[in-house]
Amino acid sequence: MKVLMLGWELPPHNSGGLGVACYQLCEALSKDEVDLEFILPYKAEHSIEFMKVSAASPTGVLEIIQSGIAYDSYKFIYSDGHEEWNDIYSQVRFYENAVANMSKNISFDIVHAHDWLTFRAALRVKQIKGCPVVLHVHSIESDRAGGNPGNPLVREIEEISMLAADVIVAVSHLTKQSIIREYGIPGDKIEVVHNSIDRNIFDPIDDHNAYRYLNQMKSQGYKIVTNIGRLTVQKGLVNFLHAARMVIDQVPKTIFLIVGSGEQYQELVTLSSDLGIGANVIFTGFQRGKNWRDSFSISDLFVMPSVSEPFGLTPLEAGFYGVPSVVSKQSGVTEILHNCLKVDFWDVVEIANKITAVIKSDVLRETLSQELDKELLSLSWSESARKIKTLYNRHLEGVTA
Amino acid sequence: MKSILIYLHVHQPFRLRHYTIFDAGLSHDYFNSDNDPNMSNRKILDKVAKKSYLPTNKRLLQLLKDYPEFKISLSISGLLLEQLEAWHPEVLKSFQELSNTGRVEIVAETYYHSLAFFYSRSEFETQVQMHRDIIKRLFNQEPTIFRNTELAYNNDLAAWAQDAGYKGVIAEGWDQYLDWRSPNYVYTPISAKNTKLLLKNYRLSDDIAFRFGDTSWSEWPLTADKFSHWLSEDKDATNFNLFMDYETFGEHQWEESGILEFLKALPKEWLKTPEHTFMTVSEAIKSIDAVGDIDSPNTVTWADTERDLSAWLGNSMQRQAIEALYRLERPLLDLNDWSLIDDWRKLQTSDHFYYMCVKWFEDGDIHAYFSPYDSPYDAYINFMNVYHDLKSRLVENGVSV
Repeated sequence: MKVLMLGWELPPHNSGGLGVACYQLCEALSKDEVDLEFILPYKAEHSIEFMKVSAASPTGVLEIIQSGIAYDSYKFIYSDGHEEWNDIYSQVRFYENAVANMSKNISFDIVHAHDWLTFRAALRVKQIKGCPVVLHVHSIESDRAGGNPGNPLVREIEEISMLAADVIVAVSHLTKQSIIREYGIPGDKIEVVHNSIDRNIFDPIDDHNAYRYLNQMKSQGYKIVTNIGRLTVQKGLVNFLHAARMVIDQVPKTIFLIVGSGEQYQELVTLSSDLGIGANVIFTGFQRGKNWRDSFSISDLFVMPSVSEPFGLTPLEAGFYGVPSVVSKQSGVTEILHNCLKVDFWDVVEIANKITAVIKSDVLRETLSQELDKELLSLSWSESARKIKTLYNRHLEGVTA
Repeated sequence: MKSILIYLHVHQPFRLRHYTIFDAGLSHDYFNSDNDPNMSNRKILDKVAKKSYLPTNKRLLQLLKDYPEFKISLSISGLLLEQLEAWHPEVLKSFQELSNTGRVEIVAETYYHSLAFFYSRSEFETQVQMHRDIIKRLFNQEPTIFRNTELAYNNDLAAWAQDAGYKGVIAEGWDQYLDWRSPNYVYTPISAKNTKLLLKNYRLSDDIAFRFGDTSWSEWPLTADKFSHWLSEDKDATNFNLFMDYETFGEHQWEESGILEFLKALPKEWLKTPEHTFMTVSEAIKSIDAVGDIDSPNTVTWADTERDLSAWLGNSMQRQAIEALYRLERPLLDLNDWSLIDDWRKLQTSDHFYYMCVKWFEDGDIHAYFSPYDSPYDAYINFMNVYHDLKSRLVENGVSV
């Protein structure tokens, strides 16, 4: 069985959880003897042996320069020497055309696409090859818009693609319900396959944490409460800062570490100084590699207060580095994760209450992290991969019958 | 003669309301949560009264009228009696009517359903005396048999009970000290030769308390006829100790399961044989000779697969919470302020610590069922916030803590 995977990013060139989830799912599928080719919208070096990774370069383009994370504009350099900046919608169209061309020369049984950026391409492939199409929904527009309807252009792509898809995979029951609610897709067409985490992708931490200042503060009795993610309305960081204000009133020696970039950056920085806690809130910008790992390992508590989080991998990543989490109940990960503290994203008082409890109680922190560690041992992608392979088989039988 | 000893334990704790760190130092109404259906003690009592106490007492009273041989024993915590006096006097009256028959014996225990025996002997004795007082006042009985909270039993408890003048103690019929011996006899504690021990037959008791409504159980449906037949098969036994939570009838096993019909039919089936009868616990202690010694250096309880205190004190959150609470004993009692003392004692109720149990995966079902919290961590946080407030009240009274 061969599957053409369409995705927007893979580590180490990823902006967040989407790339990590795609990578681990593909690795588990290949162990389950599924033959894969993954088409990315950019050319980059990957040391991936378990599948072929190709770049969907538009005709005549020599090089694509990424200006930032996956959702930013890219610079295209053409063979005739001219350059142009392309926004995300143009890139989606370029990707679609390139994938359509490439697909004519590849043989495969199924096309499997991850999130709206690749959905148009998946439908074009279905049009050309007549194969079943699996759309894998890691988030929908209303999630990313923090509960608002979001961008109508994106909604249009999501709605039409999902109507036309043979099967939709949702990363949580929460996401499945969102798809039904936002687009009226029949529930029996949507399968829930939870994301997971494999311990082998984590690099160990070393003895020298990158945050020297935070280490110093910890030795002075400070506690570090961290969020890592994009600074967007989806992530619920305004409530987080309001809760931070309340926590600092209770426990002045608390530092809030906010790791990530996004359009809310200025708003959040302004808010933290308006609240009078500027000295206790540290914005680091987007981090990867050692700085990313050390952001977890320096922390006493991780908080994911998302307004709407289809899955939300970071509490599992934090758990790997021994850090317990406070997670919003509006996050898909709470469907599989028991040993964390759960709050409603809108309940600022309760968020503050739970953060305060964890930083004040060593025994709570230790019990949470020990039990979480036991729980993480039982998680792996193989079960999720097995479910997806079953889906492939079911739809292939449908085609041949 | 062969006797059935039915002993039912009746108890409701004062559950804490949702109490945040921001309440601490401000409000002291820990147990008042009438707006929250999961936490409201009054609403829970309404429900249990309707589903369990009223229909079961009605059935028991009828059985006492119909069968002169029918007898039972009850332990009723002081906290439940307090709630019944306040909110359901008609339920209290129905218990008094049972007691007035002269064939319903009340067993001694701690008023607050606490684990004080293991933390403060003087506090424990105060609570046992408080319970004797309320039983004397409401039922005009003076118990001669003792049961410790959760049937927590060891050699020291037996020695204490003997010194305090009790004729017998109720405990779990656990294999650890019974070894090859049967619980269907009377025993003597090795540490207290002038008292006797009645040990719960957990297989027979759990057939009723846990397995009765389980349609996948190979013996389902359990009839009084079949059950009496099992008992008759033990030719030499003197006493069958059926010890369980009273709420088995109508609450843990719903009326629809046929549990009350089973109760109704049991005396009829059992008394068909002339040498069969029922006894209260003190009658059994008085009239049946002991057949051997029981040595229990370790504490044994009636809960979980481990039958120890680990469901209440097994993790560090639980131990830390209870130790912190008992550290307040001296300064708090010295203040001699009844509202403080009563709140402190209500926090000693074992249920609060049970809610903090993290043994999700083995014994998780039963813990989840009996907990008003979403997670053991929430239970710990809530309890500790209340504890912080109790401490702040001490500070306000000039105590340094």
